[in-house]
Amino acid sequence: MREEILTMIEKNNKLSTKDLADMFGVDEVTIINEIAKMEEEKVICGYHTLINWDKTDKESVTALIEVKVTPQRGRGFDQIAERIYNFPEVKSVYLMSGSFDLTVVIEGKTMKEVAMFVSEKLAPLEPVLSTATHFILKKYKDHGTVMEAVTKPERMAILP
Amino acid sequence: MRNPLSDRIVEIQPSGIRKFFDIVNEMPDAISLGVGEPDFDTPWHIREEGIYSLEKGRTYYTSNAGLMDLREAIVEYTERTLGIRYHAKDEVLVTVGGSEAIDIALRAMLNPGDEVIMPEPCYVSYLPCIKLANGVPVSVELEEKYEFRLQKEQLLNAITDKTKVLILSYPNNPTGAIMTKEDLKAIAEVVVEKDLFVISDEIYAALTYGMEHTSIASFPGMKERTIVINGFSKAFAMTGWRLGYAMGPKVILEQMTKIHQFCIMAAPTTSQYAAISALRNGDNDVEEMRKSYNLRRNYLMNAMKRMKLQCFEPYGAFYIFPCIKEFGMTSEEFATKLLEQEKVAVVPGSAFGACGEGFIRISYAYSIEELKRALERVEHFITTLREENKKK
Repeated sequence: MREEILTMIEKNNKLSTKDLADMFGVDEVTIINEIAKMEEEKVICGYHTLINWDKTDKESVTALIEVKVTPQRGRGFDQIAERIYNFPEVKSVYLMSGSFDLTVVIEGKTMKEVAMFVSEKLAPLEPVLSTATHFILKKYKDHGTVMEAVTKPERMAILP
Repeated sequence: MRNPLSDRIVEIQPSGIRKFFDIVNEMPDAISLGVGEPDFDTPWHIREEGIYSLEKGRTYYTSNAGLMDLREAIVEYTERTLGIRYHAKDEVLVTVGGSEAIDIALRAMLNPGDEVIMPEPCYVSYLPCIKLANGVPVSVELEEKYEFRLQKEQLLNAITDKTKVLILSYPNNPTGAIMTKEDLKAIAEVVVEKDLFVISDEIYAALTYGMEHTSIASFPGMKERTIVINGFSKAFAMTGWRLGYAMGPKVILEQMTKIHQFCIMAAPTTSQYAAISALRNGDNDVEEMRKSYNLRRNYLMNAMKRMKLQCFEPYGAFYIFPCIKEFGMTSEEFATKLLEQEKVAVVPGSAFGACGEGFIRISYAYSIEELKRALERVEHFITTLREENKKK
């Protein structure tokens, strides 16, 4: 049931524990306990809201940076990854297969701010060999959700 | 001027609840639980195949029976899901939805006066199609105490020396009922013994919960006397593509293909190409949708329990069929009041035959949020009704 609960709340965390209980045909307490357990075990790491910031007045830019690094003896990529992800500007860090090692997602107020971060904080780190910065121009789909999708009911209201 | 109309078509009554449907369709702010089609969009890879076929300029008729490639995919899918092997060449016909298949199967099999046993409540097209095919509909009233499964005795009681065809429709619209293997075995024995034929409408076959669907055609002696009807509408969320198919013995399929050839020519080409992808790469999509329906089904059943609305647990399709007899009004009165007072639309059970009276059909082809919003109103409605009835 764990995976099933996760699948549901990953898409929609507004479902109440009571709704989930009804959907899975179990007691509400069972759901509450299971979720609490998963939070404790860090299976559930947090709850976020998916926002289309483009529709607000907030100015922000997001960049995806390909980073090549030298792995550390005994620590592999973990140490350098940690040094990078601890910067609050960094939204995500992934270890990659292929022609570069880390994908770093940065969010800043302006392109200049992001550029400054890369040149002053990221690139000078000793294990960092090179960086390639790509600015995100438009988010079409994020976390499985189409940002601009208009959901207008197309079905007839009633049909046998 | 002479009467321009055919007596036979004029005699067929328009559905009694047309009026109710019209009211619902004129109320844009009503929350509907009345839709008989999936709420999912067709999975993208299927739509993509349709688009690709258009880009390629595949805009011509296909052969009357449908693309050979599609018929072969249907044969493979049927063997995989029902365990029955048909010949793609002369035992499969691709139709414009399951609806066309029902119509032409009846037309291919009936002589004037032949009786067709039609367990009710059932889908609304069987009765008029039987009449249009010169047949005589014989209703069998399914009962809630048997969870709307056709009982052997009920069938035996309905058989006369004019009986030719039995229409079976499981998983069932509107009740959500399914037949177990044992139920079907008993029915199959009667069918063989009485030398009847079966039109088995299995359009909801992919949507069962906790129980596998079995086709009556898989029982000994049944394949040669059964037309199995299935389609893409419900399983693959492809209602608008209008694509279904019929499978059965060559002698009947030949004649069905003849009717199809003269009044349809061939099913839509774009839909046929898309459907190949549905059958070959769509298992995961169907499974995801099925899981989702099942959660909603659980959700609704628990809500029914809380509201103390009597409802047997259905294991198929995407409907529940609760009983509203306690309120002392007809299904249509109940549905109309619910619509007027709470702006929630459900389908009166009487739309599906006289014995559907006293029930309403609630569809769960809706998101949990929509169901929740609607059920709050339904609960308010029945609580008010119960209080009013107590005062009386």
